[in-house]
Amino acid sequence: MKLITTIVRSERLAEVKAALFRAGITGITLSRVSGHGGEHERLEQYRGTALVMEFHEKVKIEMVCSEPFVETCVQAIVSAARTGEVGDGKIFVQPIERVIRIRTGEVDNAALTAVNADEVQRAAISVAGMGGVA
Amino acid sequence: MTQGTLSSGDTAWVLTSSALVLLMTVGLAFFYGGLVRPKNALNTMMMSVVALGVIGVQWMLVGYSIAFSPGNGWLGGLSWLGLNNVGLEPNATYSATIPLQAHAMFQGMFAIITPALISGAIVERMRFRGYIMFLVLWATLIYDPLAHWVWGSGGWLLKRGALDFAGGTVVHISAGVSALVAAWFLGPRRDYRRVPIAPHNVPLVLLGAGLLWFGWFGFNAGSALAANGLAALAFVNTNTAAAAALVTWAGLDLARTGKITAVGAATGLVVGLVGITPAAGYVTPLSGLVIGVLAAGVSYTAIQIRSRTKLDDALDVFSCHGLAGIAGALLTGVFATKLVNPAGGDGLLAGNAGQMGVQLLAILATIALAALGTLGILALVQATIGARADVPEESAGLDLSQHGEEAYFGSDLGSAAGTGSSLGGSVVVETFTIEPAPGRLRASDARGAH
Repeated sequence: MKLITTIVRSERLAEVKAALFRAGITGITLSRVSGHGGEHERLEQYRGTALVMEFHEKVKIEMVCSEPFVETCVQAIVSAARTGEVGDGKIFVQPIERVIRIRTGEVDNAALTAVNADEVQRAAISVAGMGGVA
Repeated sequence: MTQGTLSSGDTAWVLTSSALVLLMTVGLAFFYGGLVRPKNALNTMMMSVVALGVIGVQWMLVGYSIAFSPGNGWLGGLSWLGLNNVGLEPNATYSATIPLQAHAMFQGMFAIITPALISGAIVERMRFRGYIMFLVLWATLIYDPLAHWVWGSGGWLLKRGALDFAGGTVVHISAGVSALVAAWFLGPRRDYRRVPIAPHNVPLVLLGAGLLWFGWFGFNAGSALAANGLAALAFVNTNTAAAAALVTWAGLDLARTGKITAVGAATGLVVGLVGITPAAGYVTPLSGLVIGVLAAGVSYTAIQIRSRTKLDDALDVFSCHGLAGIAGALLTGVFATKLVNPAGGDGLLAGNAGQMGVQLLAILATIALAALGTLGILALVQATIGARADVPEESAGLDLSQHGEEAYFGSDLGSAAGTGSSLGGSVVVETFTIEPAPGRLRASDARGAH
């Protein structure tokens, strides 16, 4: 099992979510984060005051996958989040020791699969097939 | 005094205008409130809102009498205290066709918004109680006498022939100059030029600017004190100058930074309204357009210079109201013409260069009274109940330290401002369990709360 943490552009979140769902990764946790990467600083003007915004707003997505899903997950994120410009983000992959589903007490891989995972994945694929981006 | 005949149309317009001008003070609260940081949003808005209460009472009790009741050239008398002897009949001097009480209320709305304008220069660092003391003293010792000089029967500037249609000197120059002095007296905010300070809610700024524009039709067109052609002229000039100033400001923004800003558009339109205020009923609409453009140019330049100094006129009240007011008052002396208002005056372009001298005299007299008076009042406030917030109060934010409230309780913005969050472990305590002089709150006090 691996914890996959990725920082992506806020405006790519919809595409990344759709790609993860199509790949069968349906359990994700989101947070809004600010950070500094290699991007150019952004300038904002308020009347006579010019502000240099050093930190950029990003979205952090965390998900834990069983081994067979790790590579698919990484590929899904890269393909959906990449624009080619500086500031597309990062993906971090770390090992995970234990997972427990609180509701049932299931552990590890059994605890990872969402009960409606197939349903969510089918829906995501069918939306993509109709040309939508979800 | 001979009494005129009451006109229902004029009365309706002046009462409506009074309500419009009241709305400006609320608009000002939004305009200023959006420009400050989230931890000071309520305090900044309250600096305007509280004037509706405090000056509303002050004006009724003493203000109107000092400003308008019969007196000498410098001060009105005391015969209209508490609106005594201010009746429902027209008054030949001030209100030939409307009840004198309508005039009192219309003028009262001006008295309310003027000191509130000053607050923009001193936001994020003044004790609220000290501010209220300042409000009452400033209204009584500066605004009321100044209104008498310019508009009161026998006022010395009125007799000199100074032209101020709706309050360029009385309202905007006096507030702008007082703002400059107050910003200097209180000193800069601790964070000024040390950490970035940005407007926390630009949509509120736009809402406030929109309400100000809307209310300003009452301010200027209502100053005709009648529903007539002069009111229409003032209305047209008001809208024209605001629009021209907005366009000018946007153009200057575009030329300087390559982008047109929302805060700039809001600021520009307000500056245009300030500039046209003294001139609204004395000039042609084309002159109104020029006044809007020039006021915006002056104010825009001044803001760029001011923000590079140590003078923390936080929301640029001097640039927007003081300088645009001075520009408007001088340009009234340039563009005024009796062709549009026979009861007004002729200015420089109509062959009366002397008007410029009178306008300048009115401006200088206003600056002197406002600057010295504000300095004296603030020194008194500082020496008695304190004007400047102390360091912990300012750091925590004035919403919490002065009002015990937060504008954005438990939200992202609240926590970003360092004032706690929804995860911060707050408990709901029933009101009766809070003792007047509480020691530490015991956990059992909170039991049974929802």
